Amino acid sequence: MKSFLSVTENVSHLASKGKRLDNRGLTDYRGPITVETGVAKSAEGSARVQIGDTVVMAGVKMSLEKPYNDSPNEGGIMINVELVPMSSPEYEPGPPTMKAVEIARVTDRGIREAKAIDFKKLCVKEGELVWFISVDIVSINDSGNLFDAASMAAIAALKDTTFRPFNEKTGIVDYKGKTDQQLPILKEPLSVTVLKVNGSLMIDPLKAEEEACDSRLTIASDVKGTISAMQKGGDHTLTIDEVSTIVDIALEKAKFLREKLNTGIN
Amino acid sequence: MAYTERLDGRKANVLRPMEAKVGIIPNAEGSAYFKIGNTIAYAAVYGPREVFPRFMSNPKKGILRCHYNMLPFSGTGERIRPGNKRRSQEISMVMQKALLPVVDLDAFPNSMVEVYVEFPQTDAGTRCAAISAASMALAEAGIPMKDMVSSVAVGQVDGAVVSDLTYEEEAFDAIVSDIPVAMLHNSKEISLLQMDGEISKEDLIASLELAKETVEQVYEVQMKALKEKYQFNDNSEVKEE
Repeated sequence: MKSFLSVTENVSHLASKGKRLDNRGLTDYRGPITVETGVAKSAEGSARVQIGDTVVMAGVKMSLEKPYNDSPNEGGIMINVELVPMSSPEYEPGPPTMKAVEIARVTDRGIREAKAIDFKKLCVKEGELVWFISVDIVSINDSGNLFDAASMAAIAALKDTTFRPFNEKTGIVDYKGKTDQQLPILKEPLSVTVLKVNGSLMIDPLKAEEEACDSRLTIASDVKGTISAMQKGGDHTLTIDEVSTIVDIALEKAKFLREKLNTGIN
Repeated sequence: MAYTERLDGRKANVLRPMEAKVGIIPNAEGSAYFKIGNTIAYAAVYGPREVFPRFMSNPKKGILRCHYNMLPFSGTGERIRPGNKRRSQEISMVMQKALLPVVDLDAFPNSMVEVYVEFPQTDAGTRCAAISAASMALAEAGIPMKDMVSSVAVGQVDGAVVSDLTYEEEAFDAIVSDIPVAMLHNSKEISLLQMDGEISKEDLIASLELAKETVEQVYEVQMKALKEKYQFNDNSEVKEE
């Protein structure tokens, strides 16, 4: 007897045969993937990243602050994700949801733990004044896979960032001025998220695939293939063998995203 | 000292360069991008959909909700902390009032239509840009409307009546007044009117007349964007006109 399948059941049914809703291969990204920088002129750096129908924007603001007591000669970074209700019918106004917090923290760890930015170079005066970087990532249209888009947008926006001039005596930043000096970026970690749906591993999930997923694993890695952050999600388990395969896929696909990042910016 | 030449060299009745596009957010029922000078607005319309909280639903007519928000990196100056502030709450409210006269609420009883406007970058005139973008997004969403709403700021800078003030003009070191105005295209009636600064009655009326003239430029950009969506770009025989 034939019965109707819900979208989730359909995703799951297709996955068991190695197929997907949009006929993509399991390890294919959607197209087009574009990276555009300088999209928000009021920001110190900004980027707009598109993966298929998913669009995110990231903006960097810099401020001069007093350093933390345990790192008097280092600046800092904060990464925030806003899943604005403009970007999807399921988002509502209000404080950040668990989903927004998770994306922000995974993106943050990828960058922080890779020591992607030389925080010592953000020190203006030890114990008194350091640069603090705020990266805000905003969903413009969420059609799935915000993890990968968010990390790409954050890195692209950081690469686009230039310092503002400031008065060394007063510590006041001239937000209307501009300098050519870029951020001291040492590494460019990118996230790749792999989903397990009904026994199949796939990347770059659509919204419906995210809903149908059993487990997911996000892996941030740099150009050398060093992993700087991981996050497992989903209600089900992964075996060690599966993790090993996922890491292979993620490292391979990070190379692909890195090419898109570099061609997009230049 | 009179303000004879504007800081950016524009004539009094010339708006900053505008760009508009609809259908930029596939998830939304209707959406629009509206750029005027260095102010960029993205608008998205969702609904008609179920009212939340439920007790607010009205079996006789629908509800229009508007949400105005500046993104954290959109301001000149320090990062803007996310969250609802008094300013954005008030602007959301006046936005709704500016659009209500044209939206046919009877067409969607028991439901609500929501308009979200986000700004990635700003340089004065954001509430006007929000209304112009929202009006386009509502039209693209197919929400029944009896007119288009177009909006522009006018005002007086050191004795000169000008349209579409920039941030630099708003902050000009002299007597300045800033008057955001929204107008219905066909009736030329006013649906948004606020003002801060100092102005005489003569200058106020002159400003409103200037708004009536210049808001047409906004309307043309809005309509062009809406029509472009339905133009055929391929080389086939089918032509719109």
